[in-house]
Amino acid sequence: MKTKSIASFLLGTALAVTITGVAFAQDKTVKIGALSDQSGLYADLGGPGSTLAAQLAVEDSGLAAKGWKIDIISGDHQNKPDIGTAIARQWFDVDKVDVIVDVPNSGVALAVNNVIKEKNGVYINSGAATSDLTNAQCSPNTVHWTYDTYMLAHTTGQALVKAGGDTWFFLTADYAFGAALERDTTAVVSANGGKVVGGVKHPLNTPDFSSFLLQAQASKAKIIGLANAGGDTTNSIKQAAEFGIVKGGQKLAALLLFLTDVKAIGLETAQGLNFTETFYWDMDDKTRAFSKRFADKMKNNAPPTMVQAGVYAGLRHYFKALEALGGNPHDGVKVVEKMKSMPTEDDLFGKGLIQPNGRTIHNAYLFEVKKPSESKGPWDFYKLVGTVPGDQAFTPLAESKCALLKK
Amino acid sequence: MQALYAQLLVGLINGSFYALLSLGLAVIFGMLNIINFAHGALYMMGAFVAYFLLNLGGINYWWALLLAPIIVGIFGMILERTMLQWLTGLDHLYGLLLTFGIALIVQGVFQNYFGSSGLPYAIPDQLKGGMNLGFMFLPIYRGWVVIFSLVVCIATWFLIEKTRLGAYLRAATENPTLVRAFGINVPRMITLTYGLGVGLAALAGVLSAPINQVRPLMGADLIIVVFAVVVIGGMGSIMGSIITGFALGVIEGLTKYFYPEASNTVVFVLMVLVLLVKPTGLTGRAA
Repeated sequence: MKTKSIASFLLGTALAVTITGVAFAQDKTVKIGALSDQSGLYADLGGPGSTLAAQLAVEDSGLAAKGWKIDIISGDHQNKPDIGTAIARQWFDVDKVDVIVDVPNSGVALAVNNVIKEKNGVYINSGAATSDLTNAQCSPNTVHWTYDTYMLAHTTGQALVKAGGDTWFFLTADYAFGAALERDTTAVVSANGGKVVGGVKHPLNTPDFSSFLLQAQASKAKIIGLANAGGDTTNSIKQAAEFGIVKGGQKLAALLLFLTDVKAIGLETAQGLNFTETFYWDMDDKTRAFSKRFADKMKNNAPPTMVQAGVYAGLRHYFKALEALGGNPHDGVKVVEKMKSMPTEDDLFGKGLIQPNGRTIHNAYLFEVKKPSESKGPWDFYKLVGTVPGDQAFTPLAESKCALLKK
Repeated sequence: MQALYAQLLVGLINGSFYALLSLGLAVIFGMLNIINFAHGALYMMGAFVAYFLLNLGGINYWWALLLAPIIVGIFGMILERTMLQWLTGLDHLYGLLLTFGIALIVQGVFQNYFGSSGLPYAIPDQLKGGMNLGFMFLPIYRGWVVIFSLVVCIATWFLIEKTRLGAYLRAATENPTLVRAFGINVPRMITLTYGLGVGLAALAGVLSAPINQVRPLMGADLIIVVFAVVVIGGMGSIMGSIITGFALGVIEGLTKYFYPEASNTVVFVLMVLVLLVKPTGLTGRAA
């Protein structure tokens, strides 16, 4: 009896020593939450592909060999801000998530932005477009990686106005993203001497655009600006062709177009469209090598979209910051500060930096959709037309209203 | 004023999809007493079958109009034989839950393999282009959709309300035991009716393939509106669902013109109003 109690006392002491021992060593556990639209209209441009991109980033970081333990969980926000914030809260409170990545849909992205700030997590947004994430609603916990509405307006929008498209009519998705894109593009159009003659706000996920297209046609505007995304954009473009809008002399401005959208429209209809992205799988050997690895693991063998590429590159940079910190990855503001202090460089987006407001700066590329006769493979869609350096593509710090800049 | 004509016509085009789909739902509900929530998924399957026929078999749009409804119809009949028939006489809720589950499974399977952004399906060459009506540019394909679906709707109505076969069907719904006593195979007739309703959904799917993307969720986006159409028209009323389908398409089209933000809710507002005033729907008879 007595020996037994001594034994258990010793065991208890041993355990206590082990536990304190762990607490003294560097904490090297990280949990990543990939929050996306897993089944709706944005699922192909983010969704399961973004989770895959996160897995590849973990593999390539080599942190596992250095004693780090990294887990990934994924969630479906269904394009609803309430669901998105509920998942984010649960991830921080129950699952102990450290970093949330992707989050397409600006409405959800802005809502989740607040939760992450409140919980002091890290937010690497790739999928959302609204420039507000690093402007009026910026947060010390947020890095906005891939693209934003300011960039889209100042590349595709500006190029079209300068080419003579001085009257615009907008088809705008009726939520945060559409409003931001229309606002930023309108600013560019006006600044370059153009005029917005009208517009219509359509509900998210509209199957039929004919009513809206007829209004756009009747407006006689030279450019019909599509301030929408995903399935809404593909439907607008396809149906605009049907109603003879392009043949009638009006031009479509696909302000935001993804690789998967071009696939869905088909080259026959999409050919000749001009648009901007910050990543395309077929840029150089490095992007091709990554894209091949990625596509081999995708169910439909699709190469990564720029959103998925952004998840990968953002996480790679995040891991570099963790390595530099050496451990204890749970203080979001500290990690993001470290990320901002290091220049970014990766195989997919090249060299760049993260501004104090959280905006990642890298090159943007103007593309044109190839003719069916020019396309050599199932995903060979883009022709590079021009490159816009990062400092010209994104919001200049002087114009940003971000509170972080006023320190 | 010109713009108004154009919106009316566009409304009619959308209305023809509502009419075709709600017609199938009304046939199934009227004859089988099943609230067929799988209707949207079957509509989507119609579009996908057309896509496969073209891309794997080289079979063109015109054959797809015939073959897709038959193929999906057979799939529907298998569903009816293996699952739905066991629900006869049970509360509507069981049928609703079962078909809803089927819809989720079918959509999930398609989404797993084809993603969510859809596949392109070109307009057949014969129907490409459009004509200038003076007040609008009408794509020929859209005109074709309106005329074709009107013909199909009227043919279905005629089949059920005016032919001997239709009379048997309606009698079998009223009193299956008695009809069986006359030597008619009631279960087989019910299976065929479900097949017909499903075939109509698939037909609408083929018609919509060149206009919309062939997407796994194309039906899920539409089905709720179509249910509202059926409720407004009066559950199970064939003519009611045809007329309401077209009418609601027009009302929705006008909303898109005058107040676009409300265009995806106007149908439900109308549904509430109709139910408040006439709970059996516009053409429904009190049970």
